[in-house]
Amino acid sequence: MGERLLTVRNLQIEGFADDTWKPIVNGIDLHLDRGEVLGLIGESGAGKSTIGIATMGYTRPGCRIVGGTIDFDGVPIHAQSVEQVREIRGVRISYVAQSAAASFNPAHKLIEQYTETPVQHGVLKYHKAAQNARMIYARLELPDPDNIGNRYPHQVSGGQLQRAMVAMAMSCEPDMIIFDEPTTALDVTTQIEVLAAIKDVVTQFNTAAIYITHDLAVVVQLADRIMVLRYGDLVEESGTREILENPKEQYTRELLAVRTFAKNPEDLGLGEQPLIEVNDLHAAYSGGVKVLEDINLKIDRCRTVAVVGESGSGKSTLARVITGLLPPTQGTVKYEGGELPGSYKKRSKDQLRQIQMIYQMPDVALNPRQKLREVIGRPLGFYFQLDGAERERRVKELLEMIELPGNYIDRFTPELSGGQKQRICIARALAAEPVVIICDEVTSALDQLVAEEILKLLDRLQKELNMTYLFITHDLATVKAIADEIVVMLQGRVVEHGPKEEVLTPPHHDYTELLLSSVPEMDPDWLDNLLAARVSA
Amino acid sequence: MRFWNSLKRAGLPAHIGIVIILIFAFAALFAPWLAPYGESEVVEPVPWATPEESGTVLGLDQLGRDLYTRVLYGARNTIALALGITVLAFFMGMTAGFFAAVVGRWVDHLLSRFVDIIMAFPTLFFALIALSIFGTSIPVMVFVIAILDSTRVYRISRALAMDINVMEYVEVARLRGEGLWWIMRREILPNTLTPLLAEFGLRFCFVFLFISSLSFLGIGIQPPAADWGAMVRENGVAITYGIFTPLVPAAAIAILTIAVNLVVDWFLRKTAGLREEY
Repeated sequence: MGERLLTVRNLQIEGFADDTWKPIVNGIDLHLDRGEVLGLIGESGAGKSTIGIATMGYTRPGCRIVGGTIDFDGVPIHAQSVEQVREIRGVRISYVAQSAAASFNPAHKLIEQYTETPVQHGVLKYHKAAQNARMIYARLELPDPDNIGNRYPHQVSGGQLQRAMVAMAMSCEPDMIIFDEPTTALDVTTQIEVLAAIKDVVTQFNTAAIYITHDLAVVVQLADRIMVLRYGDLVEESGTREILENPKEQYTRELLAVRTFAKNPEDLGLGEQPLIEVNDLHAAYSGGVKVLEDINLKIDRCRTVAVVGESGSGKSTLARVITGLLPPTQGTVKYEGGELPGSYKKRSKDQLRQIQMIYQMPDVALNPRQKLREVIGRPLGFYFQLDGAERERRVKELLEMIELPGNYIDRFTPELSGGQKQRICIARALAAEPVVIICDEVTSALDQLVAEEILKLLDRLQKELNMTYLFITHDLATVKAIADEIVVMLQGRVVEHGPKEEVLTPPHHDYTELLLSSVPEMDPDWLDNLLAARVSA
Repeated sequence: MRFWNSLKRAGLPAHIGIVIILIFAFAALFAPWLAPYGESEVVEPVPWATPEESGTVLGLDQLGRDLYTRVLYGARNTIALALGITVLAFFMGMTAGFFAAVVGRWVDHLLSRFVDIIMAFPTLFFALIALSIFGTSIPVMVFVIAILDSTRVYRISRALAMDINVMEYVEVARLRGEGLWWIMRREILPNTLTPLLAEFGLRFCFVFLFISSLSFLGIGIQPPAADWGAMVRENGVAITYGIFTPLVPAAAIAILTIAVNLVVDWFLRKTAGLREEY
């Protein structure tokens, strides 16, 4: 390690909410040496992003730094004017955001955006900067590095765009880069490319980095040292291997133990007839874009069938076809042996009631202007004509079932946390007394510990209520935890289908193998070993 | 409580606006008790008598009626009409807009093109034609202006509803088997209410100015009923003699318009989630 680069002392940050300033970071000390990678890890609300960008002397609107010192290579950033800090930002410290798609200007070519910072700051001339860009694109193994810069952001894939953003952060050869969840929005197979790219540039240029994430397995691949944060406080700090082998705090142990949940397999003595049967299904979006081809699928009663695949594999479309939101162009969906009408509009109230759906984003799946009484109560009134005290009693019963207090009934949905909202979505589905629940990425927008609680809840409900689940996810850890059967999808087709044990034990289909091997493990050498293995193979 | 809190933090311009609106509302509601004379009662047959000459607050108008009384009654007529028209316009515009957004396809096309056609004509021109065909009665005027205004409301409601319509909670309601009316009323309406309320304030101003200009042209509220626009027109000549009488109803129009806009600005800022930098 080199000399000390960044020293932050007693950093305090407040955020404005509900008409008052509330502390969100409570006196954090932090230091970083040249060439060192520091991992900041914690759940949402831990203040990790806020701390990360505060090292550039910046806060998001509605936040303010109220105390502490930030010393960057002898420059007291906390005491500098905006103009002075601007000299450092982008040149000596740069930032890589979570969503590359939202961070690029869609109206300009990649290379224009790459060269903007060095040219604006007067570090490099345009031609030199563009030349560097092509070099660094090649380093990051972007396809056709000489010309990819002439594309617009929407013309490259998500993983490529994220790598282009890493390249952009390197444009002035900064001393430090802040990576703010750069791989969270990516598929596992794409995540590997980006992680490898980041690791490569950081070691090659001896750049110091702060890597912010909620995924411990990701950060251990890169970080030399890890700080575990919670509610704006430091929980634990030590070297990466140290923290994995010998975590001191309970919370750290919980984070390490995450994704160890697995349901007990049960022999349910399957009935003769599958509950849902999908036969030779084809579907296309308007304009004739084919998204599903030749899908055959059986879902047995009281089982959990997990559909796995990357974004664009058509797994969510499959859910839309089964619910009737997208009528198939060919093929049938059978329910208890009878054919379901293709469009939900033609299905009976009872057919609609029996198949319920839970969504990825509880924020947009719940009407923000409704109280829980109405959210959960409406299906009760609609399907079972419950009203008054009877309905109220049942809503409270359902709240209890999803482990929320009964007095929440008068809350509006935005007053709940992400995990609580997802529970409400589950309660709303349960209110209809369904036979099947389709879960579309229900845990991927949640923190890992919260997600695990949701999985446990779904598992418990399955046992208590004999529920059948169709579980759509890109997260193989979730699949391992709860599936009875696995369907692997790729580009609108089913590539592998079978009981969990069968799909997860070799020999795999090539694509299943790729998916399985791409899931990060809590082992600092995992990425290096994997990349080495892939190169030799 | 929440509303009260945000009201307290609204800032000086919004507070001024609210106070002015309250004063005007009070004047409109209690005009018969506040006014010293009858609505069309001639105090003295002296046109444009000054306050000193006639012993009244603001002097007399062109027929010798008390100007102060006329302004109070004018508030009553103009504001009540404008409010009624705006409510009607919003009801029609929102229903049609939500309907078009939720049903989509050809219904949306049909309604939207129909609205485009109406909007293609200048509003005043359209109102003039309609009022000369159907006669200048109050119900006709209310209906004509409401329809013209509802086209603007339709546009906004449709755009807002389209955003909400793609939300998953609407999808959930659809998959539950909910009917159209329920989706419009319970899922879409509450989520579009804040921007539409702000728009309501703005539209109210426009309607109000529109009535005034119709009255100014002589096809709005008919004499002897008091109306600010008509009062400006009737007394307009006086300005050439250096008499301030026509300025009083004109000022009333201006002040109320500004006040409503101040409140609407605050409302819009609140909806847009924009905050002053701390």
